[in-house]
Amino acid sequence: MSTLARRRATAEPPWLRRLLLAVGLGFLVLFLLLPLLAVFAEAFAAGGRAYLEALQDHDARSAIALTLLVAVLVLPLNICFGVTAAWAIAKFEFRGKSLLITLIDLPFAVSPVVVGLVFLLIFGAQGLFGPWLAANDIKVVFALPAIVLVTMFITLPFVARELIPLMQAQGREEEEAAVSLGATGWQMFRRVTLPNIRWGLLYGVILANARAMGEFGAVSVVSGHIRGETNTLPLHVEILYNEYNAVGAFASASVLALLALVTLAAKTVVEWRLRREVRMLSAALPPENN
Amino acid sequence: MRSLFGPRPLLPGFRLSLGCAVLYLSLLVLLPLSGLVFKASQLSLAAFWEIASGERALASYRVTFGASLLAASINTVFGLIVAWVLVRYSFPGKRLIDALVDLPFALPTAVAGITLATLYAGNGWIGRYLEPLGFKIAFAPPGIVVALTFIGLPFVVRTLQPVIEDIEPEVEEAAASLGASRLQTFVRVLWPALLPALLTGFTLAFSRSIGEYGSVIFIAGNMPLISEITPLLIISKLEQYDVVGATALAVVMLFISFVMLFVVNGLQWWAATRHGARAADGALR
Repeated sequence: MSTLARRRATAEPPWLRRLLLAVGLGFLVLFLLLPLLAVFAEAFAAGGRAYLEALQDHDARSAIALTLLVAVLVLPLNICFGVTAAWAIAKFEFRGKSLLITLIDLPFAVSPVVVGLVFLLIFGAQGLFGPWLAANDIKVVFALPAIVLVTMFITLPFVARELIPLMQAQGREEEEAAVSLGATGWQMFRRVTLPNIRWGLLYGVILANARAMGEFGAVSVVSGHIRGETNTLPLHVEILYNEYNAVGAFASASVLALLALVTLAAKTVVEWRLRREVRMLSAALPPENN
Repeated sequence: MRSLFGPRPLLPGFRLSLGCAVLYLSLLVLLPLSGLVFKASQLSLAAFWEIASGERALASYRVTFGASLLAASINTVFGLIVAWVLVRYSFPGKRLIDALVDLPFALPTAVAGITLATLYAGNGWIGRYLEPLGFKIAFAPPGIVVALTFIGLPFVVRTLQPVIEDIEPEVEEAAASLGASRLQTFVRVLWPALLPALLTGFTLAFSRSIGEYGSVIFIAGNMPLISEITPLLIISKLEQYDVVGATALAVVMLFISFVMLFVVNGLQWWAATRHGARAADGALR
C-alpha cells in the first residue's frame, strides 16, 4: 500500500503518461522513422533491378571508392591526434588546459561551408600558396588533398572528446605502477593504456567515420564536383538529385543510410561495453571519495 | 619548464604528446582560420561593413537565425518530452528507439536533405496532406525549420537524459510527502534541476543549426531574401568568383561560432557547478 501511494505521488497521472508517450513517440516517428523509411522506399520505387543498376553505375562506384579512401586516410591521423591530445590533457596538469579543450571543440562550432572556404583561401588559385602550387604542378584544391584536409578538420574533435573524460576518470595509478615496475613508455601504452581505452577509442572512431563518410558542405566547396574523380558519395547524391534522377540519388543515399544504421548499431554495442567498464571502474574506486 | 608545469611528472610522454597535439591543432585549425581573418583584414572596415550588412546578407541572417531559433525551440519542448519518456517510462521497443535518436548524427546531411524535401513536397508522404490545407513546407521557409529540427533533435535529448537519470527519487518523494502536487513538484523541484541541461541542449542545437548547409539547401527553395541561408550565400558568392564577399560573410559566421562556443562553455560550467553544489549538499546531509 505504502509503495503504491508513493509511486502515485511521484509519477504522472495515467492520462498524462499516455499523452506524453504519444507526443514523444509521435515526434520521433515523424522526424526519425518516416525519413528513414522514405530513403529506402524511394530507392526501391522503380524496383530492385533499377536499384542495383544505379549502384553499379561507374560514377557511383568511383564515388564509393573515393569516400572509403578519404575515411581510410583521415581516421589514422584522427586517432593519433585524439590519443596524444587526451594523454596530455587527462594525465598531466598544465596551464591553458581548458583553452586547449575549448579549441579542440572549435571544429564542431564552425560551419562546414566556412571550413571549405578557409582551405580554398589557402590553397586555391588566388590563395596564399596558390601560385606556388600551380608553378610546381601540385593540385590540392578540387582534388583529393583538399577533400582529405577538410575532412580532417571536421572530424578532429571526435576521438579526443571521447577519450579525455574516460582517461581522466581512469586516473594515473595504473600507468604509474607500470612505469615504476620498469616498463618503457611504449610498453606502458600498449599493455596498460590501450586496453583501458579501447572501447572509448572505438566509440570515437565510429562517430568520426560516420562524419568523414557523410560530410557534405565542406567537401562540396573544395571538391570541384568532377564526376568520377572528386565526387564523394554525398556529392554524388546531390548531383543525381539535381538532375531529377530520384532513383539514382536515393539508391546512393540508401547506401549512406545503411552506413548510418550500422554506425548506430555499433555505437549502441560499444556504449553498452563502455558503460559496463565505467561501472566496474567506479565500483573499484576507493571509498574515500564518497 | 618545471616552474611552469609544476613538479616533473612520473609518467612519460608529456612534452611529446602535448607538442604533437598542439602542432596538429595549430596547422589544421588555428592557422587556416587565422588565414581567413587575415584575408578579411585586407578589406577596409567600411568595405567589410558594406558586404556584411548588404540587403541579401541581412535577409540571410534573418532566415538563418529565425529558423535556427524556431527549430531549437521545437527541439527543446519535444526533446524534454522524449528524454522524459525514454528515461522514466517503459514500453516495447524502447532501446531501439533510444538508439534511433542519434540518427541525425549518423545520417549524412545530404541524405537528410533530399529525404525531407521528398517527404514534404506537394506529392510526398506528408506534404500531400499539408498542401491542400494551405501549408507549404518544402521549397519554402518552413522547410528550413523542418530540416534544422531534424539536425538538432539529438542535442536536447542527449543532454537531458543523464540529468533526468541522476535525479534521486527521494527528492520527488520528499516533495510529494510534504503535500506538493505533481505539477508543483515539477515546477519547484524538477524544473530547476533540468534547466541548465535544457539551456545547454538548446544552445548546442541552435549553434549547429546556424552553420548547417547540407540538409537545408535541398528543402529550402533557396530564394534570395526569402529562403536563402547565410552558408548558401557564401557559396553563391564563391560561384560568382566574389571571394572577398564570401570571406567577409565567413568572418561574420566565424565570429558567431566563437560566441556560441563561449556561451556553451559558460552554460556547461554553470550546469557543472550547480550539479556539484547539489552533490556536495547531498554529501553533507
